[in-house]
Amino acid sequence: MKISMSVFSTLGKKIFMGVTGLLLSGFIVIHLIGNLQLLLPDKDPFNIYAHILTQETGSIIYIAEFLLAAVFLIHFVYAIIVTWNNWQARPEGYRKVKWAKNTSRRSIGSVTMIYTGVVIMVFLVWHLLHFKFGEVVYYTPAGYDHEIRDLYVIVYQFFGNIINVILYIIVMALLGFHLSHGFWSAFQSLGLDGKRFTPFVYGLGVVFAIVMAVGFLFLPLFIFMTTGGTV
Amino acid sequence: MENKNMTVYLTVWRQESKNSKGTFVKHTVEDVNPDMSFLEMLDVLNERLIKNDDVPIEFDNDCREGICGTCGVVINGTAHGPRSGATTCTVRMREFKNGENIVIEPFRARAFPVIKDLVIDRSAFDRVQNKGGYTTVRTGSAPEANSILVPKENADEAFEMAACIGCGACVAACPNASAALFVGAKVSHLALLPQGRPEAARRVERMVAQMDEEKFGACSNHGECEAVCPQEIPITAIARMRREYWKSTVKS
Repeated sequence: MKISMSVFSTLGKKIFMGVTGLLLSGFIVIHLIGNLQLLLPDKDPFNIYAHILTQETGSIIYIAEFLLAAVFLIHFVYAIIVTWNNWQARPEGYRKVKWAKNTSRRSIGSVTMIYTGVVIMVFLVWHLLHFKFGEVVYYTPAGYDHEIRDLYVIVYQFFGNIINVILYIIVMALLGFHLSHGFWSAFQSLGLDGKRFTPFVYGLGVVFAIVMAVGFLFLPLFIFMTTGGTV
Repeated sequence: MENKNMTVYLTVWRQESKNSKGTFVKHTVEDVNPDMSFLEMLDVLNERLIKNDDVPIEFDNDCREGICGTCGVVINGTAHGPRSGATTCTVRMREFKNGENIVIEPFRARAFPVIKDLVIDRSAFDRVQNKGGYTTVRTGSAPEANSILVPKENADEAFEMAACIGCGACVAACPNASAALFVGAKVSHLALLPQGRPEAARRVERMVAQMDEEKFGACSNHGECEAVCPQEIPITAIARMRREYWKSTVKS
């Protein structure tokens, strides 16, 4: 009874959404920090970082990747189920809907969560196909006696294409909208609120959304503007 | 004295019965006194409809002073009309412009089926309430008031939660037709008081289970409910319900 309650009730599902959402928020922070090495003109730091992360951590990386994939999938599957049930809860809609202002936190971000989420999920497949399972180029960096993968050059070539740059910018902007509601909402879904805490975490969520979106969309833009893809 | 009376153009949901198909019907109401309440304006329209041998518009109402929670329609896309913290019966015609088009719809949710025109069946709330929105007490003479001490802050917050009149505007305004604010208020009200603690876990489990059973949606934290609630109950009620739910899950 208790397990089914926490997994299948409307409240339990949102707890899963909140926890996985916060874990994913943590993931993108680390992802962005790692990616900042792409801003360096020297390709070695980024490539060595990627090499150590994927090749020299043994089985830890596989466990981490498995957990990350599981978190993504739980977040995605629950989102689909929750949204579907929410649509069923009002079979006949209103002719006219006007958002209540006052204290309402309804926003473009909050009403488009499922759409931005699905776009991000599709993007993720494309992103992985290209960078994780895509073309592989090897080179030997200074101080190494063996070849490692040159992901840096793959990234730079990819963002030499204006279409890829534009698509990435659009998706990262959508990620910002998703986070603008998702971040504070996760805390609220976990029941973590307070008179000072809630406005704080709401504001923090907006800042977080802007920093993440701008951070991620700046990278392709920077690469395109500075090099046009030629390394 | 100049005549300040106004004319409004209504688009009203008309539905014969629970199982019939409804439709929007346009009515023009002339010579409306701006100091009339919204429901009085509908009364005037209904009188004219009856005189013309038409069927009057059915709508729920009782006290007409913003206390009971019986009335409730969606006016121009907002539950209980344009002003926050108000019930439909306390909306005045002066809040509208002369010649304004006003769309009037029933509260919409799968759990709140339309019975006729603007009247909906809110018994889903009663069934949720029956699952635990009370304390099981031995009846008898009233106990000494100070034998159980309640901190002032808790008493104040419990009172804020107890102010819920069960009108259903939270469900109507929620994009997901979620009843989280209503159930949250009922759960929080008793969870904050020592008298409600012994049954707190059982209460939240049973009320949430019934809420889901009634096919209300899940809360997405849009906060529309708080903005339309005539009693201005904050969504902290929902967070508290979640904490109570957490606690009951972990405990058992």
